Parts: sequence; structure tokens; C-alpha cells
Amino acid sequence: MKRIISVLVENKFGVLARVSELFSSRGFNIASLSVGETLDSRLSRITMVVDGDVSIFEEIKKQLNKLINVIKVQDFTNVEHVEREMLLIKVNLSRKTRAELIEIVDIFRAKIIDVGKNNMTVEITGKDNKIQAFIELVKPFGIVEIVRTGKIAIARKKGGE
Amino acid sequence: MKKDKAEKKKLSGAEILIKSLKGNGAKVIFGYPGGAVLDVFNHMHDSDLEFYLTRHEQGAVHAADGYARASGKCGVCIATSGPGATNLVTGIATAQMDSIPLIAITGQVATSLIGNEAFQEVDATGISRAITKHNYLVKDVNNLAQIIDEAFYIATTGRPGPVLIDIPKDVQQYKSSVIKSKGVNIPGYKPTLMGNLKQIKSAAELIEKAKRPVIYAGGGVITSDASDLLRKLAEKINTPVTTTLLGLGSFPETHELSLGMLGMHGTQYANYAIMESDVILAIGARFDDRVTGKISEFAPHAKIIHIDIDPASVGKNVRVDIPIVGDAKLILKELDRYLKAKKHTDWIKEINGWKEKFPLIYRKKKDFVSPQYVIECVHEITKGKAIIATEVGQNQMWVAQYYKFDKPRTLLSSGGLGTMGYGFPAAIGAKVARPDMPVFDIAGDGSIQMNIQEMATAVIKNIGVKIIILNNGFLGMVRQWQELFYNKRYAATCLRTGALNPEKDKKYKDCPEYTPDFVKLAEAYGAAGIRITKNEDVKNAIKKALEIDGPVIIDCIIDKEENVFPMVPAGASLRQMMGGMA
Repeated sequence: MKRIISVLVENKFGVLARVSELFSSRGFNIASLSVGETLDSRLSRITMVVDGDVSIFEEIKKQLNKLINVIKVQDFTNVEHVEREMLLIKVNLSRKTRAELIEIVDIFRAKIIDVGKNNMTVEITGKDNKIQAFIELVKPFGIVEIVRTGKIAIARKKGGE
Repeated sequence: MKKDKAEKKKLSGAEILIKSLKGNGAKVIFGYPGGAVLDVFNHMHDSDLEFYLTRHEQGAVHAADGYARASGKCGVCIATSGPGATNLVTGIATAQMDSIPLIAITGQVATSLIGNEAFQEVDATGISRAITKHNYLVKDVNNLAQIIDEAFYIATTGRPGPVLIDIPKDVQQYKSSVIKSKGVNIPGYKPTLMGNLKQIKSAAELIEKAKRPVIYAGGGVITSDASDLLRKLAEKINTPVTTTLLGLGSFPETHELSLGMLGMHGTQYANYAIMESDVILAIGARFDDRVTGKISEFAPHAKIIHIDIDPASVGKNVRVDIPIVGDAKLILKELDRYLKAKKHTDWIKEINGWKEKFPLIYRKKKDFVSPQYVIECVHEITKGKAIIATEVGQNQMWVAQYYKFDKPRTLLSSGGLGTMGYGFPAAIGAKVARPDMPVFDIAGDGSIQMNIQEMATAVIKNIGVKIIILNNGFLGMVRQWQELFYNKRYAATCLRTGALNPEKDKKYKDCPEYTPDFVKLAEAYGAAGIRITKNEDVKNAIKKALEIDGPVIIDCIIDKEENVFPMVPAGASLRQMMGGMA
């Protein structure tokens, strides 16, 4: 089962390696990872999507809390939250397909951020299923490249409890 | 003029390091110099720090570890970059597994060269990340004083552990006016000390109702200095106490409530008591696999109370009914307030029955020295007032079984990592910490050779460690497993031939009797060597060794097929103990 975990850490070099090592040393794959500064520039937030056994996951959470540079660990598995991921996708384009593509982009409330002669790049934000559906729809036009940010999440209530 | 004054107040990184080490109470440092730590040594040269030059960096880190275990203070060691740092790795991992407070300082190539595959460069913080409690790469001399104070704080508080500080050569040379820390306040590190009161009360209720309680004490009791409290509490609730290997000494083994050590080579009565218990009070122990045996069959009738300062250790291996996170001493003090005096006459009687029926017992050999007897004699002659270091393997288990540890900080042994070569340098560190105490290293002929070079350190500084080698010409514990579980196929465990198949090897019959000759080896280093081959000579040899000022090797020739019993095979239930008599 995929889980989203958010780790508030000190904004220092080497911290990301400490955090990711706890997963890698137990054979956990990190499906996605995103890091950014928080309101307080001394702190960063690492949001990860990981996949693996529950009991090992619980163990890793405890070990994360033990890391000196980790301030807080938040597991979104059973917490009401909203999550988003952003995708940049470059799709083949021809005069024939242009109209149809623009229509799909509109329906998904995505955004065209670059257009070239033979392709265009679309930015889309949303949950997994929306992004997946979009990818499926534009596949027939020919996808050149995809870049995604990895999921970020925020609890709906303060503190996420 | 003014500028000159400000310049004068500045100190170099090396000076700040030494000032901060001293500020944190360090008096003794074990280490080995090299190119990337020359500046530090250059300033140590003029300081009043007591420095011990070992003959290998691994010796330095184990000595610092032994110093820490014997004294309760933080150990400090120093090595250069590259191979100096990698040679520390085993010792740092040893300290990490056994929760020993330790500061390891490594030199690093200059910051401009980091990542360039410079001469003697390794990524010391990268390599040590998984084996330290925390580590630092100091990139700015202005942070150095702060980092040293933080490192000591992290190493010595909560569940203690090693902290490595990697200091590039230019950082040691740069000057800074920041020569003091601002005080330590680490937002992500606030160890819980006082246990949850509600949990403590529930624990007291459970203990109150218990009919067959057992206390299972680990190294945490010694770390938190809770031995006296433990004894009083055990007496008050009339509950027998078994300890882990690292817990030996946390409860007097000569006490009638003592069950000795439990687990794979524990006493049968300790293991039976655990298996039949209805409440286990675990204090500062972590339910290691060598302790629990087959985890699904461990203590089937027992409710478990687990006191530990490390939340990650609680509930990691066994289901815990009442977890209490915090410092053992504070929690026991509080718990004691809610406990009434109890008597468990029937339970104690049952346990005493097991003690009579399944005692630790061995046959004294006629043509060899019996290792168990040697250990009993050390205890008898020193009246238990000695520090005993062990190596790893049979020597370690015989010590755990046959030496009656009554006081905390008298056993130094690599329990978690199981590091051969730990005992001798650790004993050196312990003797430096406690020159008033006789210090022994009980070794095997295999493990002693892993750090034998420290003979030079001991001889030159006249550190009177008495090394007792239980010499069977084999890697005894591995050979024992081969005998029991691998059909006596002694692949590569015979030290006299080094052969994969010693039975076929012709040299097996006419190889030199002892390689090396440990008596001659002791003499080569300028120490005394004594060889004994019979039990009659054991006491005299120990007495003689104690009379000699300085290190001594006693080479005891023991039977090559001597075994450690009783034994629970790996992965079996604690009920399935093999062999009552060794």
C-alpha cells in the first residue's frame, strides 16, 4: 500500500540523505519525494510516497523520529488530508490534433505553458486519478516526455490530528 | 591596535576543538595521528590532555569505548582522514549497538578538495551515517564550538551513542572569534526522561496482581545508574532478576534473587522462569534475538511491561502490554512509590527447584585447563573486585556464565555487534579510567590476535591489563556450531592449520603447537608471559600476574572441543535448551 509521509526537518546539508537512508536500508522504495523550505527558512518539509510492509513502515517512522535533525513526522495514511501533484507533459502536435488537445486541456483545467511547431507542453495539477486519466487521454497523440513533482499533502485540520 | 586585539582573541579550529573538548570534561584521548589531523596534534602537544597513542585506530576507538563503559563518562578518540576514519568504523558500530557515549574526531581533506578523490579522502560522514547516533561535517570554523557541545550532548543523553565529527584540515587552521557555543538547544532532539505516570500506575497494578513475575534487566539499567534502585525494588516485590549480557552487573549475581543471564547461553533456570512467568518487567533491554529465542514462543503466558528510553526499541521485537518510555532510574523511583511489598514464596520455591536441578555445571578436565574454572578463579582471587573485558565467542559466554558480576561497569563486552578484538583495547581504556582496579581481558586465541598490536600501547604506557587467553587452537564458538549443526566439518576454524578441511590436511598433525607462541609474543613486546596447561596451575598464574606491575599474558591451553553449554539453538524456543553440562 502506498503511503504519504511528511517529515519536517532542519534545513541543513545531509539531512535528506539521513531520511532517505532509513528507507533504503530496509529495502523500501521511495515512489516520490519532494523537498521545500517552510515558512520558517530554518526548516524544510520532505514529502514522500513510499510503498512497503506496514510493520516495517511503523518501525521506520520511529527511526525517523530518532534522527537528530527531524522535528516532526506526519503520516497521512489515516489522516484527512488533501494531496496534489504537478505534472509537465510534452505532447506531439499537428494541425489536425491541435483543437482536440486544447479541448482536453480545458476540460481538465490544465494549462498550456509552451507551444512549439510539433509539440506543446501542458501543466496539470491534481490527484493521482485525474493525472492518470489525463495521461491516458493524450497518449494516442504521442507523449514525448513527462516530468512530475511527486505528491505533496496537507492535513485538513491543524496539526493533522 | 584595536584590530590586533580582536585578532589575538581569535583561535584556530584546532585550538577551539581542544578547548571545547576540555570544556566538555574530556581528559583522556585515544588516537593516532596523520596528515589531516596534524594541526590538532600540534595544539594537543601543548595541552594537558592525557593522550594514548594506540597502534591501530580500531584500538583507539575500542579503548575510548572501554574508558566510557568503565567510567560512565564520554570516551573520545581521534584519527586522521581516509584509512584513519575507515579504521574507526568497526569500533564506532560497536559503540552504537551497545549504546556507548563516544566522540570520534576525524580529520578530513581541505574543504576545497572534498569530493575530488584527494589523497586519504573518504566521505567519513557518509560512511558512518548508519553507525552513529549523529555525525557532523564541519564546513565553517565558526560552527565548530557549537558542534562540539552538541556532539557531547547527543552522545551522552537519551539512549547514548557515538557521534563522529569530521573536521577538514583548513577548518582546523582557520581562525574564528566564535570560541564558545551558544548553549545546546536542538529542536529535533528532546529525549523523554520521565515516564508517563498513567503507564507507571498501570504497571504497578499489573505487578501487584502478578503471581510469577520476573525482572529482565539490560544495559540501560547500568547506563542510567539505576542498579541500587533495581535491587531495592526487586527485594521489595520479591521478584527474581535475570539480565542480558550487557545487563550483567546491574543486579548482584550473588543475590538469592539473581537468575544470572538469560537467552541462548543463559542459565536454564532464567529461561524457564521467563517461559513460565506471568509478568515480565523489562528495564533498559531490547528483546534481542539472542535473548528471546523463537519470538513467537517467547514467554507465552506473560504480560510485558517495557521501560526504555528509546521509543524505537519499545515493541520492536515483542508485543508490549505496558510501554513506558523514559529514563530507567526516574521511572523505577516513581514505580517504587506505587508498589507494595510482596512475597512470592511458591514461585521462588519453584525457581529454586530449577536452580538445584539445572545448575551451571562443568567437568574439570585432567589434561587441560578448564576455561570455566579459570573464570571462577579470577572471581575468587579478585573477590569480584575487578573489571573484566571479553572478546567475542566462547570466552565471552564463559565469562557471562561463570563470573559473578555484582557491580555495574565491571563487564566490558561487545554484545550487540559481537566484535572480535574488542576486549583487549577496551581493557586498556578501562584501566586508564580505573587504575585502582585490576583489569582482565578474557580472550580466545582467535580474537586476541585481532588487536594484539595494542600490546605495545599497554607495555609502553605500563597499562597493567592481564590477558587470559583461553587457547584451544580454534575459533571455538564457530567450531562449536560446526560440531553441533554442521556435522563436525570444521571448515577454516582450525587456527593451527588455517585449513578448509583440517582432517585431510597433513600439516594438522605436525604443525607447530602454538601459533603464535603467546608467551614469546608477550616477551617480544616486553611484557610477561605465562603458559599453563593444567588446572592446578591456574590460581598461581593469576596471582603471579596480579603481582607483576604491567601487562601480562596468561596462555591457558584448553581442550579444543570444549563447548559452551547450556545452549538454545538459534531460532529455537527458550525451552529447547541443549546440554546441561559442558
